[in-house]
Amino acid sequence: MIKKQMSMSQANNSQELTQIARELRLLALRAMYQCGSGHPGSTFSTMDVLTALYFGGILKYDPAQPDWQERDYFLLSNGHAAPALYAVLAKAGYFAETELDKLRQLGAGAQGHPHRGALPGVEISSGSLGQGLSVGIGLARAAQLKKSGQKIYVMQSDGEQEEGSTWEAVMLAPKLGLDNLITIIDKNGMQIDGATKQVMPSLDPLADKYRAFGWAVKEIDGHNFDEIIPAFKEVQEEGKPLVIIANTVRGKGVSFMENSPSWHAGKITDEQYEQAKKDLMK
Amino acid sequence: MELLSTRQAFGETLYEIMKKDERVFALTADLGESLKMGKIMEEFPERFLDTGVAEANMAGVAAGLALGSFVPVAGSFAVFLTRAFDHIRLQICQNNLHVIIVGSHGGVSNAPDGGSAHALEDIAYMRALPNMTILNPSDYNETKKALAAAIEYPGPVYFRLYREPTAQIVSSDAEFIIGKANVLKEGKDISLVASGPQAAEAIVAAEDLIKDGIDAEILALPTIKPLDEKTILTSARKTGRVVTLEDHSINGGLGSAVAEVLAENNVGRLYRLGLRQFGESGNYQDLIKKVGIDSGAISRAARDLVKGR
Repeated sequence: MIKKQMSMSQANNSQELTQIARELRLLALRAMYQCGSGHPGSTFSTMDVLTALYFGGILKYDPAQPDWQERDYFLLSNGHAAPALYAVLAKAGYFAETELDKLRQLGAGAQGHPHRGALPGVEISSGSLGQGLSVGIGLARAAQLKKSGQKIYVMQSDGEQEEGSTWEAVMLAPKLGLDNLITIIDKNGMQIDGATKQVMPSLDPLADKYRAFGWAVKEIDGHNFDEIIPAFKEVQEEGKPLVIIANTVRGKGVSFMENSPSWHAGKITDEQYEQAKKDLMK
Repeated sequence: MELLSTRQAFGETLYEIMKKDERVFALTADLGESLKMGKIMEEFPERFLDTGVAEANMAGVAAGLALGSFVPVAGSFAVFLTRAFDHIRLQICQNNLHVIIVGSHGGVSNAPDGGSAHALEDIAYMRALPNMTILNPSDYNETKKALAAAIEYPGPVYFRLYREPTAQIVSSDAEFIIGKANVLKEGKDISLVASGPQAAEAIVAAEDLIKDGIDAEILALPTIKPLDEKTILTSARKTGRVVTLEDHSINGGLGSAVAEVLAENNVGRLYRLGLRQFGESGNYQDLIKKVGIDSGAISRAARDLVKGR
């Protein structure tokens, strides 16, 4: 399976990844439209990085064996982007795409926020912000002690950087020299109450903060596969955890959602659904 | 009788377990010495992690270690685990991972440090969590056995310890089973139900009550969740009267758990002893007397119940 993923990555170019991400956005859009709620803002801002991880030959995984002991881990700390994760996992073959049609319904595996055990491939529950990086450190330390060569990827949001416990984790990872830990910050610049710059002006300069704590730092355009893929593939600096700050756009790909203060979460109307599909198919 | 603390038993036993069991991983948030982890820090530096003063992160990292096939034992003072609650709830309990969260210096046992250092709510909020098991051993010997049992028990465990050295009441060859109450003494007039080192206070109270011809039965509950309902109901049906005693808030702990069982089964009369206020600085013996969780308080409550007051 590792070989299959690697060969897929070699075959993939940016155009192919762009096409996959387009399909995944449409899949997640339909799910959120059907259930009448969800968080399209982050679902669409994180989608390209997730596509690169799962279909760009980065993450080592096997959908036929979700509990495969040697797999890499992907943890979605900003759990409200769950539809993006579900779309990616379905496309990867963990479960049927029809699971997304049950999003947020009673008894569904596709819970409003990820729930460990509800669907294969969902490694942890998340939703309360500022937890995923701590869990990632535990997994990375375990992999380091076992010398398993596994990598641990943790997606966080930029608003999540306001949680105190995020910085407890940021401080700890360099102490352990966790060069098998990679966190991606989906820096879409927006949070529930408005622009992150307004809610928390001192969050920037974010890269300097991570660097000061002893992390290796990369900043990329989180919607450009020619930047995303190399950021993951370049050899990680020895002894340092890596943060990839992905500059993204809330609601990426849907005209009326992009950078809109009102599209952290919400119900998609019939007209909006038609418009969003048109935008995504452009 | 030699007084020994349960935290001492914890440190010694965890060290012995870690010598043999390479799955076990110890964590603390800058309280390793207080939790008697000194030898662990020295001899197992790879399987020991001090997260610094960061309890929430400690709980999250422990969850990650459990996902990575280790058996994490993560300890701080019980009072500081409130700030780890969010991570304990979602990453340990909803993920349903085998992590042992250790809350030391439970209740007012860190007496001289005063009200800010007393953990009076931990059992209440841990009880509200699905999947969580709560152990609150009575003494040094029982702590050793309870920890060994917790290491082998699936799922999340909250393990409460005390700072103050207290009396030994459980023999070193007694069997320890998670979920089982110990009948320390049989009696017919009233049931004294205690948890943690307060079980020793119940024994003293029973000796006092016998002077008035009151024959008390004593139950020690080293497991608070799941509660041994059967043993509690059997005793309460026999005596018709129950006094609970714990070093914890009157709300949400052992007394509340017992009240739920008695009320739902329409059995017996109940009086709960626990804290109704924040604590304050003082000598441990003086403080438990003042806040009403010593043998004297249980004797008074038992006499009142027997006299039908």
